[in-house]
Amino acid sequence: MPDGVLPPASELELSRRAWRRSRARRSTLVALASTLLFAVVAWLAVTRSPGWPRVQATFFSPQVAWESLPDIARGLLLNLQVLVVGGLLVLVCGLGVAVLRTLRGPALAPVRIVATAYVDLFRGVPLIIVLYLVGFGFPALGLQGVPTSPFVLGTAAIVLTYSAYVAEVFRAGIESVHPSQRAAARSLGLTHRQSMRIVVLPQALRTVTPALLNDFVALQKDVGLISVLGAVDAVRSAQIQVGQSFNFTPYVVAGLLFVLLAVPSARLADAYAARARRRQQSGSLL
Amino acid sequence: MRRRPLATLALLAAATVSVSACAAEETADDAASASGSGSCSPGDLPTLEDGTLTIGTDAPAYEPWFSDDDPTNGEGFESAVAYAVAEQLGYAEDEVTWVTAQFNSVIQPGPKSFDFDVNQFSITDERRQAVDFSSPYYDVTQAVITTGGSAAEGATSLADLKDLRIGAQVGTTSLDVLIETIAPDSDPVVFNTNDDAKLALQNGQVDAIVVDLPTAFYITAAELDDGVIVGQVADSGSSADQFGLVLAKDSPLTDCVSQAVDALREDGTLADLEQQWLSDVADAPVLS
Repeated sequence: MPDGVLPPASELELSRRAWRRSRARRSTLVALASTLLFAVVAWLAVTRSPGWPRVQATFFSPQVAWESLPDIARGLLLNLQVLVVGGLLVLVCGLGVAVLRTLRGPALAPVRIVATAYVDLFRGVPLIIVLYLVGFGFPALGLQGVPTSPFVLGTAAIVLTYSAYVAEVFRAGIESVHPSQRAAARSLGLTHRQSMRIVVLPQALRTVTPALLNDFVALQKDVGLISVLGAVDAVRSAQIQVGQSFNFTPYVVAGLLFVLLAVPSARLADAYAARARRRQQSGSLL
Repeated sequence: MRRRPLATLALLAAATVSVSACAAEETADDAASASGSGSCSPGDLPTLEDGTLTIGTDAPAYEPWFSDDDPTNGEGFESAVAYAVAEQLGYAEDEVTWVTAQFNSVIQPGPKSFDFDVNQFSITDERRQAVDFSSPYYDVTQAVITTGGSAAEGATSLADLKDLRIGAQVGTTSLDVLIETIAPDSDPVVFNTNDDAKLALQNGQVDAIVVDLPTAFYITAAELDDGVIVGQVADSGSSADQFGLVLAKDSPLTDCVSQAVDALREDGTLADLEQQWLSDVADAPVLS
């Protein structure tokens, strides 16, 4: 800050700043010490336990981990494919269902009812059951041209279930936009569709982005469930190796890969939420 | 409220120390005395429950290894073998308790919920590092089955199966044989259970599935409409696949249970039980 703008800080203010600094330093040190102590005690408790060598050999064998990595990583590619394709479809379908649920007008009641019934049904049914019904029931119909690939059927099941969740998130966002916004838009002569597209949805999307990212992290883990239909993803690949060696290390490896996948999404969600907060609260004194 | 970081720290330390103190409870004497001492009478066996033998198997229990999903009735090959082993060890029928043990709980480290588990577990050296196996009680081959009219029908060699979509259950040697011996061009399709695999086969989602031969006979005869055994997979040179009873690693019972199985093999009981429960495992054509 240039000196011309503000008078130099007073003695009192300087002493206050020094005090704050010392408090901050002290709390950092305490946090560090407590974390270290906790880590040391936990480490000792685990490694000194009688069963530790067996657990180490069964769950944390570096050699088994290294050998299982290529297959698991190849399986993770399938997870990522389903995640990208499924994620995009879920966004589109979820938004569509949310818009249908928020349509106005008595004549459109059946549309609203169908959309509501869909959301209630698929939010209530466990994903694994949807997978079984779609993945094994659909091909059993014996219709011409029904895909039998576990990838396609599994993705369809995931989109069905997750679109219901995401539709609710979108609807909450749409309904959080103040009615005056809509009224103002309509009074400017915009049609319902235009006011939705230009005024309501942009604000709604901004509100629900953190919640959407949260659902995205959940989706990351659930895409692995399509392995019940026969596709070999990261977790299934680990399971195959566990079945051969009776050593559980591949599960740990797969778990770590999923964590590596989820951490960036979580940080992104946090950063976005923080930015939104700063924007919202800018100008206020905190 | 004033916070006292040092007090909190001390408290945290005390708490973690006490937690670790109870965590490090010694388990019972791992090196039990009965092992190798040659005494295998019920009084001396350090079983889970004194005076009873606890046997584990998964639910559902499949034919022809068990009958009516009930391991306690002594029907089906593995149920009969389990009771024969119990008898050999000196446990009467009413001194045998069955518990349900899922695959993962059988192979996990640490204490087990059973004295031994009977569930078509194939013996491999790799698996021996995690659990104990008794002597083998059954030599098994793997078979490829399909339904009439599928692309796999009429295959006479492994080469005929190369370009098909073939499935198997996860965690089985059937899957290992599929991956290593048949090695189809497309990725193997891996299912949670043989039931799922069967369903996919009926739906035409896979052209064939790999199961062990007795199961193959049962499924094609009793469960599939128009089921066909394509053939059995010839041994891939290595040792034949054998089922063994699973015990905890270094279990004090392993020697006695193995002796019991060996005795049953020698006096012809195992052969009789095979004849009784798996007799229709006649000769399926061999794919090589």
